[in-house]
Amino acid sequence: MPAVISVSKLSKTYASGFQALKQVDLEIHRGEIFALLGPNGAGKTTLISVVCGLVNPSEGTVLANGYDIVNDYRMARSQIGLVPQELTTDAFETVWNTVSFSRGLFGKAASPEHIEKVLKDLALWDKRNNRLITLSGGMKRRVLIAKALSHEPQILFLDEPTAGVDVELRRDMWEVVRGLRANGVTIILTTHYIEEAEEMADRIGVISNGEIILVEEKEALMQKLGRKQLTLQLQEPLDSVPSSLNGHDLELAAEGHELVYTYDSQQDRTGIPGLLGDLHAAGIHFKDLHTEQSTLEEIFVNLVRERP
Amino acid sequence: MNIQAVQAIYRFEMARARRTLLQSVVSPVISTSLYFVVFGAAIGSRITQIEGVSYGAFIVPGLIMLMLLTQSVSNASFAIFFPKFSGTIYELLSAPVSYFEIVLGYVGAAATKTVILGLIILATASLFVPLRIEHPFWMLLFLVLTALTFSLLGFIIGIWADTFEKLQLVPLLIITPLTFLGGSFYSVNMLPPIWQTITLFNPVVYLVSGFRWSFYGISDVSVGASLVTILLFLGLCLGTVAWIFRTGYRIKP
Repeated sequence: MPAVISVSKLSKTYASGFQALKQVDLEIHRGEIFALLGPNGAGKTTLISVVCGLVNPSEGTVLANGYDIVNDYRMARSQIGLVPQELTTDAFETVWNTVSFSRGLFGKAASPEHIEKVLKDLALWDKRNNRLITLSGGMKRRVLIAKALSHEPQILFLDEPTAGVDVELRRDMWEVVRGLRANGVTIILTTHYIEEAEEMADRIGVISNGEIILVEEKEALMQKLGRKQLTLQLQEPLDSVPSSLNGHDLELAAEGHELVYTYDSQQDRTGIPGLLGDLHAAGIHFKDLHTEQSTLEEIFVNLVRERP
Repeated sequence: MNIQAVQAIYRFEMARARRTLLQSVVSPVISTSLYFVVFGAAIGSRITQIEGVSYGAFIVPGLIMLMLLTQSVSNASFAIFFPKFSGTIYELLSAPVSYFEIVLGYVGAAATKTVILGLIILATASLFVPLRIEHPFWMLLFLVLTALTFSLLGFIIGIWADTFEKLQLVPLLIITPLTFLGGSFYSVNMLPPIWQTITLFNPVVYLVSGFRWSFYGISDVSVGASLVTILLFLGLCLGTVAWIFRTGYRIKP
């Protein structure tokens, strides 16, 4: 797949001496939803800010749709829409005016039809004549998305788009994002809600301490790093794991009513038959069982923790 | 050239003025009119004429200049300070606009507003005192150049300021005193000789003098010196703005 954003050897050191990005290389594929995960202060916002023109890079290059973001900033930036993390709006403007302003700023001729469509898609149409100061936080977030979409960008950056947004709005927003992807727009998002990345993203990048430590297809990542757990609901509760079962990676849960076995789903031998045999031999009976895959959140926490 | 963007910024700023009509138009017109009433009528009755011009009419160019300087600076500085303060500047920085276009939009709008204000005050003044404009072209030229230059200065102050206090600092502590001491209300010839010399270091003297010359043909310093002063200051502001954008000073880390 061709890269729509191509970051190479990108470093950023702020005047304070803080190095927010260290030799970052990253390629975003056209038409994908890419989730950038990382703890606070990892460099997510700095990376987005450099690509979008808010922060000067110290070293390295970024190409957006083939255009250099510094030398060819006009072409590069006109491809990109940005939804910032903070809810920054012109308090006294109306929704319609502020969205139209954004379109003009990006050099597009006025198009009331397009603005109308964007506002309707984001359920802002009824609020179009409201001043921004009168809107709720969730509505302001929608306005920021509408502004970013006003100039029909090919690439959309969403920096923590659902922070402080209620569940219903979040669902609506993801509908819009899916719709955009269906129309060929590439979406790069950062989020703290890992389940969101898990649900939405095609690929996932993990950034920590200014370095990209991993970029992977979501499915492959979940498979590769995913561990599985087998939970057995016991007929009789146990006080401790019997010593005859010490060879297995077992834990007691639910006050001794559950026995949890953790294993690597990618191994040829999961150890389950052996475990069941030993359980039978030890006279431990269970009434039910289920397995679950570890979540992206657990994978992520482990990844970041492993780093020095 | 991203004309659409310049228009968007310009219209946004003009809409802001319409929204705040009381503050941006009515208030300066009223305060300037008060000067006419107090200085022109009350004091003017005791000072009859300066170089053949009635005192009330004499102070009109100086008063307009006072308003031009303070309004250009406060208008343009607030226009760029506020997006910085509220964070909406992110959009400006992420848009495909050049720095020149940003300045053109903001400074163009601020200068337009003050030129319109200047003309409104001129019209108001003509209700109070008998006015004559000997050199209308030069009058307009000085009006536009001053509005433009001080809007640029305001833009620079707006970028530099990181608190509301700093935003007020330059207009209150530098521009207003320099204007009051710059011959707005008197002719430099009325000062003691030593102060006549000192006052020539005040750049506002040249602005007021040139502007007054375009009305009544009388001036404290030569018109050429006035024109050179304003052009020098314009060049200085342009250079500073160029430097700000080249280095990203206070807007782009």
